Amino acid sequence: MENLRLLFEAPLLPVQLLLDGVLIGAIFALAALGMSLVWGVMGIINVAQGELVMLGGYAAYFLYRAGVHPLFGVPLAALLLYLLGWALYRTLIFRVVDQDLFISILATFGLSILLQQLANAFFGADVRTAESGFGTLVLLGGALTISRIKLVAFAAAVVTGTALVLFLKTSRMGQAIRATSQNARAARVMGVDTDRVYARTFAINAAICGASGALVAMTWVVHPYLGLPYTIRSFMIVIIAGLGAVHAVLASAVALGIAENFAGFIFGAEYQAAFVFALLVGILVARRFWLARQRRYLA
Amino acid sequence: MKPLLGYGGLLAISLLLPLLAPAYQSQLAFLWVMVVLALTWDLLGGQMGYNSFGNIVFFGVGMYACAIVQRDAGLAYFPGLFIGMACGAAIAVAAAALLGAGILGLRGHYFAIATLGLGVAAGELASGWEFVGAGGGMVPPLFPGAVGGRERFFYYLCFAIAAITFPVLRWLYRGRFGLALNAIRDDEDKAEAMGLHTTRYKATAWCISALFLGLAGGAVGNLTGFIDPREVAFAGSTYGVWMVLMAILGGKGTLWGPVLGAVIFHLTKELFWTYLLGWQRVALGLLIVVIVIFFPLGILGWARQKWPERFGQRVEAA
Amino acid sequence: MTPILEVRGVRKSFGGVVANREVTLSVPEGKIHGLIGPNGSGKTTLFGCIAGSHPIDHGSIRFQGREISALRTAQIARLGLLRTFQQTRTYVKMTCLQNMLISIPAAALGWGGLFRKSTPADERKAEELLEFVGLFPKRHLRAGDLSFGQQKLLEFAMALMSEPRMLLLDEPTAGINPTLIEGLLDRLRRVNRERGVTLLVIEHNMRAIMGLAEYIYCLAHGELLAEGKPEEIRSDQRVIDAYLGAQ
Repeated sequence: MENLRLLFEAPLLPVQLLLDGVLIGAIFALAALGMSLVWGVMGIINVAQGELVMLGGYAAYFLYRAGVHPLFGVPLAALLLYLLGWALYRTLIFRVVDQDLFISILATFGLSILLQQLANAFFGADVRTAESGFGTLVLLGGALTISRIKLVAFAAAVVTGTALVLFLKTSRMGQAIRATSQNARAARVMGVDTDRVYARTFAINAAICGASGALVAMTWVVHPYLGLPYTIRSFMIVIIAGLGAVHAVLASAVALGIAENFAGFIFGAEYQAAFVFALLVGILVARRFWLARQRRYLA
Repeated sequence: MKPLLGYGGLLAISLLLPLLAPAYQSQLAFLWVMVVLALTWDLLGGQMGYNSFGNIVFFGVGMYACAIVQRDAGLAYFPGLFIGMACGAAIAVAAAALLGAGILGLRGHYFAIATLGLGVAAGELASGWEFVGAGGGMVPPLFPGAVGGRERFFYYLCFAIAAITFPVLRWLYRGRFGLALNAIRDDEDKAEAMGLHTTRYKATAWCISALFLGLAGGAVGNLTGFIDPREVAFAGSTYGVWMVLMAILGGKGTLWGPVLGAVIFHLTKELFWTYLLGWQRVALGLLIVVIVIFFPLGILGWARQKWPERFGQRVEAA
Repeated sequence: MTPILEVRGVRKSFGGVVANREVTLSVPEGKIHGLIGPNGSGKTTLFGCIAGSHPIDHGSIRFQGREISALRTAQIARLGLLRTFQQTRTYVKMTCLQNMLISIPAAALGWGGLFRKSTPADERKAEELLEFVGLFPKRHLRAGDLSFGQQKLLEFAMALMSEPRMLLLDEPTAGINPTLIEGLLDRLRRVNRERGVTLLVIEHNMRAIMGLAEYIYCLAHGELLAEGKPEEIRSDQRVIDAYLGAQ
């Protein structure tokens, strides 16, 4: 607990943690936006969300190894993951769209293990990173440090998020996606090819995760097992923000980033993952009691 | 008379098995552990429709509690083991009651994801907690008997746990308890509207599940001889997944399905796993996807759909 | 006679939409009352308020003199006030007989009741009630394999199995084969007369409700528009206008 005292004694330390939290929160927001999209449109909770992030990270890493600058790696990783997402929909996901909810959870859970283990088999369990060479920004005579890559990642996350919102608002496909999310049957009656919409939605989700993963690879590291915390974070962000609320997703993602950073500092980094999972359980339980007071349920 | 004969035969075979195949005693002991895992998962996942990814928590809690008692109570081996297992089961039940109060109120996917978080959180906490050896894990005391006696002893211990679990669940499913769980699975709001004590049933079911998982955990910790927080105790990626897979494979929501699934899965695993050369976990993921998408009813569920009359669904003249 | 159910000034809104506005009605013990109104007039919402499916904004709901507006569904059901659903709800993967057996009154069961076995008396009662609604030959079929109308009958039998003091029936004749409606109405009357179960019935079939209920409440736009004996309701200009959509 001496870390807690440190927080009060070093006035700039909380600011540092806060700043870092905001910056990483934007990366969380991307994966959460994708989950929100798939959940809202297709009614599927994609447990393999984190694995898509992980694969995006590997894509960026291998592109980096091949000499592509990590920053260009972000759109390329998104593109690769778009194709992968599309392929996954055409082989697997389309079979679970109209099924019982648990089947989709379990199927994507199996998929997450599959992707994780495939990554382990092909890429090895080593921790890798795509070095951007951006260095660190030193402020206030060394009291505050920000690695530039986090700033870049933040900006990239905001750009990607904005692009997604614009796409959904203005493009023809975006309109079809929104129509399908409101009422798939009605959309089908009105001539929307919902199967195509679902395929696109899932592919777009994978692409966003890919971009997010590329940013993760640049900011921190990638390894085959980093997926689950991202799935859990996305889920947490989406349930706090509600489906289809982009600003709320961003806000809660940033809040989560900050909370996690502080928790990691106070309890020690080895408990940071435990904190994420425990927070999820705590939030769900709190929400349940809040809803039960109103005679409602989470369903 | 006929079923009694069947059960008697099964019992006799199970008791004789270690004498017939002494080289495979510990694998066979794990077979019974698998049966317990599948049965206790199905109690919630199949019968009640609450698909838990976090049942592994109770397994791990039982394992650690047992090992701690064995380490700190200063008892001889066998009293230590049995008291440890009892404590493990008791603490697992207490944990289930406590967690259940919050988590069992969640429905559907919220419950599934919350329990997923719970399982991982438990592993992470255990691997950071010095009292239980943190990431280094714990080593239960050595078995005092002769060489080979250890395997035989644990075979019978694991068999005993399975042999208690099965009839208890069978008895539960035959009464109002089983009906209530099924009602909650089919339509929980309706069950509430009919005045059922749904919370009570759900909590009790989870506690019963935790009881047997806690017992099994204590035994497995000693059988394995080493407790790793993430790979043995809160092994979400092995036992935690297997229990779901086995129950679905055999047919969830049936009494015999999980047993069947456990036997098939365990035998297949023991026979072919070694040929997969490091691709086991890839195969496991693939297996889940394939079974869930193409064979979600499981063996017994499929049989029931094909021959409903055999399962007592028929029209009768008034 | 004291009313068994008393709803006073109940208001319920969803977001900005007011589904029930200061609704007041009461049902005396042992009677059959009807609740009618055009689609979207808030009938089912009112049932939900009474049975505890959602909280009310304000007002009072008393059952047998006891305030129940803050209780939860299951508690209300255990007091003997039960509802059926418009879109029938049964336990679809269980057989009809199992559906019946799980519906024995839960109020009397303590913790020990959790594990009790169904007694032969329970089974006899279940079979009698299935016979009563005409589902006895299908008792070993899964509820989900029954037709919509049959599920409706099963749901009705399940409600009776739990020995309610009062039933809230949401459109009992909807989806029932027209030739069987008269038989169903007759059963409702018998349940009321022989078992002393008070009924409050939502119904769209005017002929059915006029013949069944002694007193009728009419909702429109969430408000109580009119109440009275069937013949009064039938000739009430406001009710006719509401149904024809006049302003």
